[in-house]
This record gives sequence, structure tokens and C-alpha cells, in this order.
Amino acid sequence: MKEFIGFVKKEFLHIFRDYRTLIILFGLPLAQILIFGYVIRNEIQDVKIAILDESKDPVTREISARLLASGFFKIDQYVASAKELENIFKRGKIREVVVFENQFAERLKRDGTAHMQIIADASDPNSAKMIVTYTQGIVSTYLSELNSGTKMPMIIEPRIRMMYNADLKSAFMFVPGTMAMILMLVSAMMTSIYIAREKETGTMEAILVSPLRPLQIIAGKVTPYILLSFINAVIILVLGYFVFKLPIRGNIILLLGETILFISLALSLGIMISTVSSSQQQAMFISAFGLMLPTMLLSGFIFPIENMPLVLQWLCAIMPPKYFITVIRSVMLKGTGVLLVWKETLIMISMLAIFIWISAARFKERLQ
Amino acid sequence: MNNRKPIIKVENLVKKFGDFVANDHLSFEVYEGEIFGFLGANGAGKTTAIRILCGLSFPTSGKLEIAGFDVYTQREQIKRNIGYMSQKFSLYEDLNIRENIQFYAGIYGLPVADIRNKTEELIGELGLSSIANSVVRDIPPGWRQKVAFSVAIFHNPKIVFLDEPTGGVDPVTRRQFWEQIYQAAARGITVFVTTHYMDEAEYCERVSIMADGRIEALDTPENLKRKYNAGSMEDVFLKIARG
Repeated sequence: MKEFIGFVKKEFLHIFRDYRTLIILFGLPLAQILIFGYVIRNEIQDVKIAILDESKDPVTREISARLLASGFFKIDQYVASAKELENIFKRGKIREVVVFENQFAERLKRDGTAHMQIIADASDPNSAKMIVTYTQGIVSTYLSELNSGTKMPMIIEPRIRMMYNADLKSAFMFVPGTMAMILMLVSAMMTSIYIAREKETGTMEAILVSPLRPLQIIAGKVTPYILLSFINAVIILVLGYFVFKLPIRGNIILLLGETILFISLALSLGIMISTVSSSQQQAMFISAFGLMLPTMLLSGFIFPIENMPLVLQWLCAIMPPKYFITVIRSVMLKGTGVLLVWKETLIMISMLAIFIWISAARFKERLQ
Repeated sequence: MNNRKPIIKVENLVKKFGDFVANDHLSFEVYEGEIFGFLGANGAGKTTAIRILCGLSFPTSGKLEIAGFDVYTQREQIKRNIGYMSQKFSLYEDLNIRENIQFYAGIYGLPVADIRNKTEELIGELGLSSIANSVVRDIPPGWRQKVAFSVAIFHNPKIVFLDEPTGGVDPVTRRQFWEQIYQAAARGITVFVTTHYMDEAEYCERVSIMADGRIEALDTPENLKRKYNAGSMEDVFLKIARG
């Protein structure tokens, strides 16, 4: 035990001496959560628009007022003529222009049809699509209200309710994903790099010659990272809770338990990577391309798995972060208990067992 | 000399990697307190043998006893009684000298108070008080080597294995290093050293010369020179290597 404590103490010395890495370890989750939470967002808010109203009647004024009152849009300027449109978009500030045709209200009354044009800046296609959809939604709501008095044919009006995330806040999605990513980074990447470093500098041999048992060496190596990762996970949860009002509806013990399970899983991956790589660079490359990219792309973090081609879906099925993100989302947002996430939990435990088994086998092979 | 007690006993050590035979029926003994040189060209099988003796690798077959313990069943006891230093010096570059010494002493399970006292004693002995708080990265190779060797024998092992310990250091530092080796031997520590500097072979009490996985010669440097009618160990080595 004394030997083990000495070993852990040395690991902490490495970590604290390399303060730049330490800053990255703790600065990264902060930066990432804030970036994902505030900068990259799927929802629409205060999008700058321009309005070209050639009619200026009560109806067009009402529609304009409703667009601006929705909170999604903010008027930047009123445009006098269609000639200015090109220039407006080129300046890039305005992302949508709403154009009402001449005699809008009159035509609506007389013909039952009036034209408005929605022009969006589609250089960012995803948000352009969303902006247009939101605009259409507001217009059609107004239209159906307008019709409700008259003898219009039947209207089916779906009432939509977004469960678990009523405001469709993207932070709800990014916080669990970022957590998976940071834990992967700290646990898997850092351990694999540090173990590879010991191999590179020959200190691993010196330790193996000592009376320390392999299990003590591994445990000594990962203990500091379990601690760091756990602190990181708690920081992310606290940030999500206080800054983005992310609810924690489920059992906090279950949530932390699953987090520790995922940390162990990431650490075992890190150990496995270090057994197959002979240098720090190699360990870093394998971690970056083998872990970070799949964590971002193939875990449901950014792109929904259901929409992927089948082959990619299979690939997703062997990515540990996928299960962690699923579990975290259900426990945090839906408040599910262990009964509903046992399948994912079991898969993660099996993966952990497999990784440890492979690492142990590789380790023995080295001694042969 | 032959009334001395053997501390390493190797009988018919064989190590195979697939079809390749790295160690082909090695048999030798090393006596207590001796400085034993283990020579051979690159690829002759030296490193494989030293790794087996240190417990870093398992033999394919053969009978090996180190410090009175069996290599197959008593690795734990063997590890407590040996020290090891490789060409890479095995120090943590981002830790300072004091921390390195304390760490290695710690993993050998020495009592905490002992570690503290002995560390300061050692730093004083080596004349490193002024740089004890410098990280290893910043100190010259010669000093690293000194520290690495002191660390390898800090827990007072019965045998210390030195794998090419003088690689990459200048002749003067190598000379000083051999003085350190003699001091350790004088304290009763058996020294098992591999090298490819033939002038260093002259410093050993007995040397074995390996070629193609077999021990081709084993005797004192004087006897070998006489036997091969050579002026120096360099000549002996060349004559054996050329077959």
C-alpha cells in the first residue's frame, strides 16, 4: 500500500508540474460547454431581418408585428425597394428579408390570395431552412386565426408539445455530449499518452523490475485520472445546471455512478491504446482519430444516429460514448431509473471487461 | 576465486521467439561481489538474456536461480533483491533529482523516514546539493547517469544489472562511472554489466562473450587475452566475432 501511495503521489507530481496540460484539462470543459451552449446553437433567436412592405396596410403591419414579437426575429431595417436587396445580403448582417406585395390586404380580401416572399441567406443552409420554417409558422398561425371567424372548411390544427425539452434548447444536447467528449479526452487520451511516455523513456522497465505488481502499476497510473475526470464531470454538470438550467430529473447517485462507469471504460480504452502504441505521438494519434472523432460524430452527440446509413449505425453501436450519452440524457432529462437504462449499462460493463481483458493479454505478451 | 559463492546460476537457458533462437543453451555462474561483464555484438542475445534475468521476460526453458530464488516461482523475492539500470537511465525528466530518488525508494517499500534521511545523505555524497531541486531534463547526462546508478542500488540489492549503462557519455564520465561501480562492488553488491566498449571489459573481473545466441568464451580478461593470443580485449572480441 505504501508503495502504491508513492506511485500515485508521483503521478500527481507529473500532472501538477505540467501546468499547461492542467489548464487544458480544466479550461477545456468550461470553454467547450460555453461554446456549445452559447455560440453553436440550433435554436433561432434574435435573427436580424429586413422587411420590404410595398403595401403598408393593417394586415402586413400585423404580420410584421407578430414576426418581431415572436422573439425569433429582430428588425434591422425597413427596405424601400427591391433593388436594395442584393446589397443587403452581401453585407451579411441580415439573414432574411420578408417582402409583401402591393395591395396585400386588398388582394387577400378580393382574391383570397396574396403573395409574400421570404428570402433567406442560404450560405448557411441549415439555419436558413430553420429561419424560413419559423417565419412560415408565424404566418400560418395568423392565417388560421384570420380564417377562424369565416366559414372556412375544416382545419386540423396539431398541437405540438416537445417532451423533456420544451424549449428545444440545444444545451440539453450538448452538455451530455461534451461530458462524454471531455471524459474521453482526459481519461483515455491522457492515460494512453502518459503510459506511452513511460515506455518511451524507459521508466516503465524500471518500474516493472521493481516489486510493484502490474495491477498496482495500472491502478497507480489511473487513480489520479479517475479523480480528475470525476471533478471535470461534476464541473460540467454544475455548469449545465446553473448556466443552462439543465434539469437533473433522475437520481443523482445513478447519474454519478454511470459517469464513473464511463470514466473506467475510457481509462481501460486508454490503457489498451498504450499497449498497442510505442510512442507518445502514436498514442495521441490513435486517441484523437480513434476516439475523439467517433465521440463527436458517431455517438449521437451532433448527428442523430437514426438518420445515418445502416453501416454507420452499426459502427455507432460499438462506440462507448453512444451508450453513455443515451443514459445521461434519459437520466437527466427524463428522470428514468436504472430499470430503463440497464441495457446500456450492461453493454458498457461488457465493453469495460473486454478492454481490460485485451490489455491484460497484450501486457502478458510483452513479458513473453 | 572458485571458493566464492555463486549468486546467479544459469543452466541451459533457452529463449525462442517463434523459430528464432535468441539464447541457445546458455550456462554460466556469477559469484557474489563480482563485476561480471556480459559482452557481445548487437543482436547477439545480450539484452534478451538480461531481460530474463531481471524478470522482464520469461525463458522458454532452462534452470535459473538468482540470489537463491527460482526465476519461475519466486519472481517477487528476486525483484526485491535486484537493481536495474538501462541505457536510457530511467529517470523521470519532469521530476527533480530528489523526487526521482524518493519515488524509486518508495516503490521498493522502504520506510518513509529512512527514505528521507537516505535521500539527503545520497545527495550530499554525490555532491548534488546545489541541483537537487532541478528537474532531470535540465541536468547533464553524466550527472543523470550518476543519479540513475545510485537509484538502482538505493535499496541495497544483492545484484545490480546494468544494461549498456555508459552509452552516450564521454570517456571521462565513463571513467568516473566505473569508479562508482567499484564502490558498489566494494559494498558487496554483485555487478552484472553489458557493454560494447571493450576498454570497459578490462575493468571486469570476468567476462563472457556472446555471439549468435551462444556464449563463446568466459574467463578473466587476462586469461582470455592469453588464450586468444591478443593484446587487448578488443582483439579478443574481434577474433571471436569472426569465428
